[in-house]
This record gives sequence, C-alpha cells and structure tokens, in this order.
Amino acid sequence: MNNYKSIEELHEMLVKGEITSDELVQESLKLSHEVQEKCNAFVTILDDAKGGEVTDSLLSGIPYGVKDNYSTKGILSTGSSNTLRDYVPFFNATAVENLNKAGAIKVNKTALDEFGMGGTGTTGHTGVQKNPWDPTRICAGSSSGSAAAVASGVYPYATGSDTGDSIRKPAAYCGIVGYKPTYGMISRYGLFPFASSLDTLGCLTRNVKDAAIVVDAMKGIDPYDMTSWDSKDMHLADSIDGNVKGKKLCYVKEICNIENYPNASDELKEHLENFHKTLEIAKELGMEVEEVSIDRKLLNASYSVYRVIHSAEASSNLSNLTGISFGPRGEGDNYIEMIKNHRTKGFSPLIKRRFVIGSYVLQKENQERYFKNAQRVRRLIVDTWKDLYKKYDAVICPVSTGPARKFEDLNKPLDINTMTLDEHLQVGNFGGFPSITIPNGFVSKLPVGINITGNCYDDINVLNIAYALESKMDYKNQIAREVK
Amino acid sequence: MGYITKIGLEMHCEVSETKTKVFSSARNEFTDVPNSNVRPLDMAFPGTLPRINKEAVRLALMASMILKCKQPEYMYFERKNYYYPDLPKGFQLTQETKPIPVGIYGEVEFEYNNEIKKIRINNVHLEEDAASLDHFFTTSNIDYNRCGVPLLELVTEPDIHSADEAIAFLEHMRSIYRYAGISEADSKKGQIRCDVNVSIMDDTKDENDPSNWGTKVEIKNVNSFGGVRDAINYEIKRQTELKESGKYDEMLQQTRRWDEESGTTIYMRSKVDAIDYKYFVEPNIPKYKISDSWLEEIRKSIPELALERKQRYVSLGLSEYDANVLVKDKDVSDYFDECLKLGLDAKTATNWVTVQIVGELNKDDSNIKDFFITPSRLKVILDNLSKGILSSKQAKEVFFKVLESHKEPTEFIDINNAQISDAAQIEEIIDQVLARSEQQINDYHNGRTNLFDYFVGQVMKETRGKANPTLTKEILNRKLNN
Repeated sequence: MNNYKSIEELHEMLVKGEITSDELVQESLKLSHEVQEKCNAFVTILDDAKGGEVTDSLLSGIPYGVKDNYSTKGILSTGSSNTLRDYVPFFNATAVENLNKAGAIKVNKTALDEFGMGGTGTTGHTGVQKNPWDPTRICAGSSSGSAAAVASGVYPYATGSDTGDSIRKPAAYCGIVGYKPTYGMISRYGLFPFASSLDTLGCLTRNVKDAAIVVDAMKGIDPYDMTSWDSKDMHLADSIDGNVKGKKLCYVKEICNIENYPNASDELKEHLENFHKTLEIAKELGMEVEEVSIDRKLLNASYSVYRVIHSAEASSNLSNLTGISFGPRGEGDNYIEMIKNHRTKGFSPLIKRRFVIGSYVLQKENQERYFKNAQRVRRLIVDTWKDLYKKYDAVICPVSTGPARKFEDLNKPLDINTMTLDEHLQVGNFGGFPSITIPNGFVSKLPVGINITGNCYDDINVLNIAYALESKMDYKNQIAREVK
Repeated sequence: MGYITKIGLEMHCEVSETKTKVFSSARNEFTDVPNSNVRPLDMAFPGTLPRINKEAVRLALMASMILKCKQPEYMYFERKNYYYPDLPKGFQLTQETKPIPVGIYGEVEFEYNNEIKKIRINNVHLEEDAASLDHFFTTSNIDYNRCGVPLLELVTEPDIHSADEAIAFLEHMRSIYRYAGISEADSKKGQIRCDVNVSIMDDTKDENDPSNWGTKVEIKNVNSFGGVRDAINYEIKRQTELKESGKYDEMLQQTRRWDEESGTTIYMRSKVDAIDYKYFVEPNIPKYKISDSWLEEIRKSIPELALERKQRYVSLGLSEYDANVLVKDKDVSDYFDECLKLGLDAKTATNWVTVQIVGELNKDDSNIKDFFITPSRLKVILDNLSKGILSSKQAKEVFFKVLESHKEPTEFIDINNAQISDAAQIEEIIDQVLARSEQQINDYHNGRTNLFDYFVGQVMKETRGKANPTLTKEILNRKLNN
C-alpha cells in the first residue's frame, strides 16, 4: 500500500517515476470505499478525482482528505449537518486554496460531529464513525472521519479543525498525529465556524514531519481573516532537527499523577504509567522534565469555561443557518415559522442543547455571571500557562483517560473525578497555543497518546519536541490494524 | 397647565462615500438592480468572515470629531443577535457604549429660529445596514445590495422640544454629513432613517431633573423628515390627550411604529417585552488600537463645513441671505466655489447661481451636479457679458438657449451680434430716428417727457436691440435737451 508511506517518501517515488499521481489517487479512492464500509468515515468520496502534476512541492500529486466543515468550491460541504445537506459552496476555504496551489489532490470529504460540536464522532448527519482499531469504539471527534481515514492509511494526511480538542483527541484514539498550530496561523476563511475565538485549523498525519509539511502549505496571512498573521518566515518542516537537548518540559501534577484518581480503572493506571515512561524517554533525549502544580480550582473550571464560551459563540455563529438564502428551505406561513422549521428539523439535539446554553449565558441578566466570568477565568487560565512558558518550552500531558471509549459507554455520565484529564486540551484553544498529539503506546491493545503544548508562535519548538520523542518510540507511521 | 415635550433622536445615516461596504469588498453603491453588489459575506455563506473597511472607520471617527465626541483608544465591534430575513448572519455588527464606540458624549450647535441651540450627543457608532425587503401579497423579495452598507447611528440626549426643532437638527446633521464628505444623506434613497423618543412632562416642573420626565415612547423606523415631524406631532397630541383624560400614568414605557398611511403611531411592544439582543464582542475582528497620529490626521482632513463656508462668503462681501442660500445645499456651494476658482466675480456669480440656476433646479427638483451649464460654461457667458459683447438680456437668452439645446455657449455668441457700443454709430442711428419724428419731438418738448422711452425704443428697433442702452440714453438726452 503506497499511501501508507510518509509524504517525503511518496514525493520521492513520484519524482523518480516509481509511481504516478494517478495510481496514488486510484489506490486512495479504493481504500476510501473500504474504509467507508468499515468506519463510515466520509460524507463524500470524489470518485472522479484524477492525479495531478508533480512539482517541487512536497504535496503535489499526493491525495488527501478534507474535513467536511471546510468550504470546497463545487463540492458538497455539509459540516455533517442536515441544515447543509445539499450545500455546494462557490468558493474554497483559504486553506483548501493553499493546498490546491501546492498541488495536493482532494479525494474525499471526511465526516465529523455536526459542525465540529462534539467529541464522539456520533452526531453527524451520515451516522457514526467507527474506530479502525476496534469498530465497537468511537474515534472521538470532531475530526472523526479524518482520524479514521488517516489511521487506515487512505492517504498520508487529512485536514481537521480543533475548537476544544477536535484534532488532538481523535488522533490519540486512532494512534496518529494531530497538530493544531497557533491560532491564526492558518486562515479560518471558509471553515464553518463553531466558536470563532477558539476555532483552529490543522491536520492529522501519521508522523510529525508530515504534520509540519502540511501546515507549511496550509498556513499564511489572509486578507479575508483579520485574525490571521504573517508566518512566511516560519518554515516548520525545515526547522525540525530533533535536537532537543536542554529543552525544558513540565507536566501538571494535578492532571498527570495517579494519586489524583483514587478510583482509577486499570486502563487509566496503565495510561498514566505509560505517560511517565514517555517522560523518561524525554529525559534520555536530554530534556529536563519537571513537575508543576496548578490550583485545582482553576483546572476544574476549565470545562465550564469551555462550555459557556463555545456555546455562546456557537449560538450566534450558526444563526446564519435559517434555510432562507441557502440550505433546505423550511416550511411555514411566515419567516419565523420557516426558520424554526428549518432549524428544528436540521440540527441534532446535542447542538440544540448548546444553543440553549449559549442563549442563556448571553442573556442580559446572565451575561455577567456566566459569559463574562467565563472570559475572565479563561484569561486566568491562559495567564497561568503563559507563566509556565516563561520557564518551560512546553507542557506535556497524557491525552484523555486511556484508549477510545466504547459506543455502549457513551451514555454513562462523565466521571467528575477524571474530568480534568479529559478536558485539559481546551487550554490550548483558550490561549491559541500550538498543540500536538502523538501516539505513545497501547493500553488494552488500543493506541493512546500524549500532548505537547507550547507558547503562541512557538510552533517549531513544539513540533521539534514531538519529533524527537516520536523518533524514540515505535509508533511513527503506524496503520490501524483491527484488534480483537 | 401646559406641557414640555422632550424629544431624543436616533438618527441612522448610511455612509455612502466609501468605495466598498463596511465588512465586505462588495461595492457600496446605490443601484436599482437588486443583488448586484453582493459578496459571500453579505449573504452570510458559511465560513465567511468580516474585514473592516478602514475608510468607513475613518469617516466615522471624523463624524465623532465634528460632533465633539470622545474617540476610543481601541476599536471593537459587537454582535447584536436577532433573527430577521433582512439579516442573513443572524446578527448585526454594531458598537455598544461599553466598550466605547467611535464617539461618546459630544454636542452639536445649530441655528433654530435665529437662536443657537445645543443638543447633547450620547454616542455615535458605526454599524452595518441590513438587506432591504419588498413585501408583496404572498411573497417577499430580499435585496442584499444594502446589506453591509456602513451605517452611522447617532443618539441624542432628549434635548429637543418640538417637531420643528427636531427637523432643524436633522437638517443640520444632513448638512454636516454632506459637507464632511461622509454621506449624500439622501432620504429619498433611504439613506436616513430615524427612531424618535417622545415624552411630555408638566411645564411647572424642573426639566433638568430626570425624575420629572414623563414616560418614554419610542417610535421606530421613521424614514423621512416629514415623517419625523408628523410622528412627533401625532405623539405629542396622543400623549397630551392621555394626560387630559387622566390615563397618562397607566401608559407603559413602550415602542411604537410610525404608520405613514394612517398618519398614526401603532403600539408594538412594552419595555418588559424588549428584545434581548445578547450583545457580545465580535471575535473575528481583533480589537485594534487607534493611534493618536491617525486621529490627528483625520482631524486635519475635516473639510470646511457649512457655517465656515458661509462666513467665508460673507467676508467676500455677500449678504447673509445670499450666503445662506448658497450653503444650504453643498452641491450648490461647491458649484459656487468652482466659479470663484475660475475667477468669476463673487457678486455676479452669486446672482446667477442663486437666481437663475437655483430657479431652474427648483423647477424639476434636479441636482446642480447634473446641470448642463457647468461653472466653466457659465464663465464663457459671464466673460462675454463683462466685455460688453453680450447685454444682460442677451446673456440670459444665451443661458436659456444653452440649457435647452445642450450646446456650447459660444454657439450662441456671435461677435457680429455683439452690442453696439460705438458712440458715433449710435449717434448716426439716433439722428435718423429724430429726423423722422418731428411731431414726437415737439410733444416731448411740450411736456410729454415719457416720450423719451419712445425714442430709445426706436433706436433699439433699428439696431435689433444691440445698441448699448446706457450710451443710447446718454446721446439722446444730449440731443433732445440741449
């Protein structure tokens, strides 16, 4: 399987003529159908995709997948929502436009939790995404389709978007790399918004270098996004050398240590032990690793802060979905009934719940208590992390409580005791920090991951630390194999 | 006992003088062709983002300065969330008073009944206009051309006391917007729309104590100056009647709608049912610092406003009245300034502009910008007048011929048709006239002095009106009376 290879390997093969772009694309399409059957990873498979010209660009002629909340010109873009089930945009997201310029070849649009709101890959309008390692388990979300496809080797990379952990958590559950760069490095123009102050584009790959190569192509200041910034002097892939001697990492005691979780499951114990083993590898690489302590109250507030802010922004961001100028027109005798009908039929219950919360926290009488306070606590959390970055190059943490959860366990209430472990990745979105997840082993034969998060604009450092750790572990370029 | 009326205005004026809309690159242009100036953002396609038009911000800050407001250190926009078919995003980008908009706490002075009135400005803010809707029997059409057009909203304190005063204020503001190059401020194009707050209070009480004020009634969407006048007068009458019948105290603070057809205000909702717009800061527009140097640059670029122009005209020797006529309409004043630039005599130009030209414009309510006789064409006519090639009467004839035919004035100015100003030539003609008028000369000398005009008339007849009248009268006088 050629698409199992890394981007650099594929590029070399293409340049040498050992394979053609068209062959790669055809293979990728064939795999797409297989993975669709198994995991239900795609909203659209672009069967008429053709190979492209091979140039100096590393991505030229190589197939990839686009998360379906990216606007793609002339191609169905649903956000995995019934409200846009037949929406065909007439413009490309800037990131897609940039990948087009790099010669990359789209072969499918990947499924997600409706509009990126959800962490399970179960709320999209085309059904649930199953984990390629174990179809009884979730991929996590919202970049569920992208994670399943990349882990299955459909292509070397797919795009993702990350508002809380939507790239980084599915990457961990699927045993691959998920990279969310600094906020504004990649233009958000053409990304269907969820929570604008948190939304970040990024990618899912099977190794760190590939993630750097892909974001190198996606990024750039964009006149259409006022929050984008100029990174033309940052060459991510070229700046990675694996030399991390003297770099300083820290981990947060209240998140990472087993004594915080008196009723820990065996999986959680194994996961945290494995995390501490990875810290030893970091030390072997010449990095300093220190334990830090953060006020538990602040950590516990993270989940609520995230809920309040994203629900508020989402309730407003998705108000454009009225079915009036695009999307299926609702029925009714007047515009209020038409809008109501469209939105009632179109959105899943999960989203509706967020709209209700969002409206509630924005109401005049509640705004100070909920929305404004959430913003204040967000600032406190970000300042706390910025303080860490004065002393440390990055914060390293385990992702989630272990391997992917089973579908049948989704109805169980969240364990309040392990919530900080499940929800700390949101800090990366609060601060707009660059953040990457890489696989660091197996628990119950299923992949688990760690996360490395650094200061804004310090993407190269973050990537380099991840690259060095990856090179000392055995999980680089791994392809999902179904485990029983 | 009588009542004091307290009126506050919310005046929305489209900023028409930017090339593009306030957050999208679609053209900001009034057009009859619906949906021709639309970019993806204007229809709120998923993934579109606003980008601020710096020129719109510049003009808004300029308005803020003219209104003597305080300008903000940082610029923010906020979302005002509500559902309506003319609002594709489901929210309007606007500015609330916290954090501060382009301007807060200013004042405006203007002339009303030969007195200087002062109105306090609570705030002025920049926002985006909504699309326009046309309602038919069973369908409604949406025109997105207007969606995203920059809009300045000005909120006054309730310092206005009558409908006429409100109109004088609005006219003054319109003049400011036009002179500053911010907007055409044309209510016929729907560029000006007002919400009017009216309340009445007993005139025995102290107006400066807000606790004495009456119950505020807000009237929404009054779209013409005439409508503002009628709505205020209607509302004063309605509220006075409630007072007289003892029902005023039962009236709730409320929002009403002006119904032009019936000439009445109609109840919409009470304050308790006020819409919660759930404002929050737009995350897609990073707050940005407004530098002092930019503010200084804007301050220096404020054009000469009406009052300053008027003073300049008076200093040129024009009467207060003429100066007022000239500055009333900025386009007329611009025309006049162009005449001055071309070197025309100020008083002569004033007469032609205020009498002939404004007279013509009033006939069909047309704009001087479209007037065929441009300042340079007027100059051709007036130069020939001053050289004596045209008489005043001929100049006027040429003026009307040019206007009618849309041809150049030179086409109608024949050097051979020029006035006869040669004394010898005129004397010769006078001699011929006198030679055949023995009877009339006798009558003249016997006291019928009004026959003098008969002789002038005969000379004019002979010369087909071209004889210089002053010279003709002079020579005739000498011949008849010596």
